[in-house]
Amino acid sequence: MSKSKQKPIVASQQQIAGSGAFFAGLFGFLFGMTQEMPLIGIAGGIVAGAIVAFLASKYIPTKRLAQLMSVILGGLLGYVQSQVTGAIVGAVFGWTFMWFVYWVATGEYRRRLPSYATPWQVIWHHSFVVLCWAIFLFLITPIIVVMPLSFNAENFFTFTPEMLNFDPAGYSLKHYQDFLTNSDWQSALKNSFLIAPVATLISVSLGTLAAIGLSQPFVPFRRAIMAILISPMIMPLIISAAGMYFFYSRVGLQGTYLGVVLAHAALGIPFVIITVTATLIGFDRSLTRAAASLGANPITTFFRVQMPLILPGVVSGGLFAFITSFDEVVVVLFVGSAGQKTLPWQMFTGLREQISPTILAVATILVALSILMLTTLELLRRRSEKLRGMTPAKSAVKQTAEWRMSVAGGKP
Amino acid sequence: MEKTGIKVINDESSAEAVAKLRAMDEAGNVTWDLVDVVAADAIRLCDEGLAMEIDHDEVLAKAPDGTPASKDFGDLIVSQCFIPQIVYSTTFGYRTDLVGDKKPTSVCAVFDTKTWPGKRSLEKRPINNMEWALICDGVAKDEVYDVLATPEGQERALKKLDTIKDDVIWWSAGADTPQLLADGEIVMGSTYNGRLFSVIEEQKQPVAMLWDAQVFDLDGWIVPAGLSPERKARVMDYLKFATDTQRLADQAKYISYGPARKSSAPLVGKHADLGIDMAPHMPTDPNNAKNTFLYNYEFWADYRDDIDAKFQAWLAK
Repeated sequence: MSKSKQKPIVASQQQIAGSGAFFAGLFGFLFGMTQEMPLIGIAGGIVAGAIVAFLASKYIPTKRLAQLMSVILGGLLGYVQSQVTGAIVGAVFGWTFMWFVYWVATGEYRRRLPSYATPWQVIWHHSFVVLCWAIFLFLITPIIVVMPLSFNAENFFTFTPEMLNFDPAGYSLKHYQDFLTNSDWQSALKNSFLIAPVATLISVSLGTLAAIGLSQPFVPFRRAIMAILISPMIMPLIISAAGMYFFYSRVGLQGTYLGVVLAHAALGIPFVIITVTATLIGFDRSLTRAAASLGANPITTFFRVQMPLILPGVVSGGLFAFITSFDEVVVVLFVGSAGQKTLPWQMFTGLREQISPTILAVATILVALSILMLTTLELLRRRSEKLRGMTPAKSAVKQTAEWRMSVAGGKP
Repeated sequence: MEKTGIKVINDESSAEAVAKLRAMDEAGNVTWDLVDVVAADAIRLCDEGLAMEIDHDEVLAKAPDGTPASKDFGDLIVSQCFIPQIVYSTTFGYRTDLVGDKKPTSVCAVFDTKTWPGKRSLEKRPINNMEWALICDGVAKDEVYDVLATPEGQERALKKLDTIKDDVIWWSAGADTPQLLADGEIVMGSTYNGRLFSVIEEQKQPVAMLWDAQVFDLDGWIVPAGLSPERKARVMDYLKFATDTQRLADQAKYISYGPARKSSAPLVGKHADLGIDMAPHMPTDPNNAKNTFLYNYEFWADYRDDIDAKFQAWLAK
């Protein structure tokens, strides 16, 4: 749609006023909640919304002008209410409000739907989209909200008035500095990066071998063995942890790096088995026979033929194993001692003992790291597929997610 | 530790020290050399044989004037296994900007939601809360434990707490109340006095202390039973150094907890970063200690399980 063309208003005046009333009423309700008078908020929103929408559609010639005026009006009102923050909220509200009114008024909302759709179908279609976005926001908000708080100049988990007014004095990097200079955090970071890669390496090697072995049709008790190998994932963590604690104490592994690495490897193996088994389903066995007929021994066959083809499964399994170890707090609390304190452990005690925003700084760094890691992996995967001339297959992460769901459904 | 070159590794799980030591003992693998616990836990661990009995005069350093350690610590040695380090108190802090013009001066402000409306935070356990409730219900201070020993007295305390139940946010970690105060989520709340000191002086929050009816408690070391001779020797060496007169006085440079040795008191100086005098911030300072309790170890050892059960049942109602 080109921007120069002005869409004609097709909706009736009642519809326009109704749309304004709906949108502003919703906002009024939310705003009223913060002032502890939601009903007044709703009523005020409905009346004001209806009037503004009606006037705008009748007397303001273009949509862009109406939006501009609405942004300015919203911003001013917001500023009066609560300075800079209010102005931003008000301006954003003003913009979306006018957008919504014109979206209804110009009939734009029906553009992508077939003309025979009934009003209820139209409403359902749009509610569905809104619902999906709401679920998405519900999942992502707790992670997002942590990030600005980690730049807090105070030592509390609080949005201070200075922060809300975007006053530079309200922000600081001191929690990042604390993380980078505090010896507790540094030794925890070192421990995590010492333990997780080794545990991942063990899980990937053992898990891949197990998956390949278990995919051979002649192995007896395949299902039983598979169930046992996957049990650490299904068992409540606290039970595995307590069991490991007493067992490792007897054999002298409790409180050692080796003990923590082995425990984390045991937790990571199921992920590797599941992802590798999933890729093995699509693996054509005649390839190994062909390799054998050309004189390759099983080890060469594995590394030259089978491994490259199941690599996506191995990598994503390894990724999950790494994250399991890197995120794990319950088992390490039992199996480790103070000398093996990992990042999650340090975060856990930090949260309980001092509630310091350093935890938020660490969380932000970890989120950034994981995003970086996943993106790199995905790019590498695409590149290697392009090089091999394969069609883009399902991403490894997607496959794992599917497999996790099928396991949850009771079919390992 | 710079003096001896021994590396000290800290495991911040003192709050679960009793449970963890029990598990370690059962697994036959005690990984801790020295544990910092509150006095009540020390008494329990000593009774269970999980902590080692200590000859205080032999293990610990004398005061500079030659007073033996047992005299210098005096009554604060509440158990043969316990080496006291600090005296701290559980007391209230309030938001100076949220309480209005009338500043609270008595602990009963906590129960007066008419004069000071808003949320309060209390520790999620009966200890201290029951005592405060009875005092504010008109029980004389020296009769509190006689009353609390009876089922009727326990009922009475819970009934008093019932009047503010809807206004209470329950905390379980010492850091909760400072966070809630800084958020303005509560108008007043109980926590350890050192935490409040940090909120007021270090973080500059609009909070003030309400010292009235503060409850003193002790924190100190225990040595787990059954250490190898070599580990034990190392620990004792550390203990002797860490609990001498100067070291205990030095700890007050960082937080407002009173040193457990009498001989340390005159050596308490200024805060390490802020440079303010620490003495007026000590819970034991005469201005702050006008009306105080000492945690009643005997009473709570006998009644804790019973009152805990009643308290939890009341909470769940």
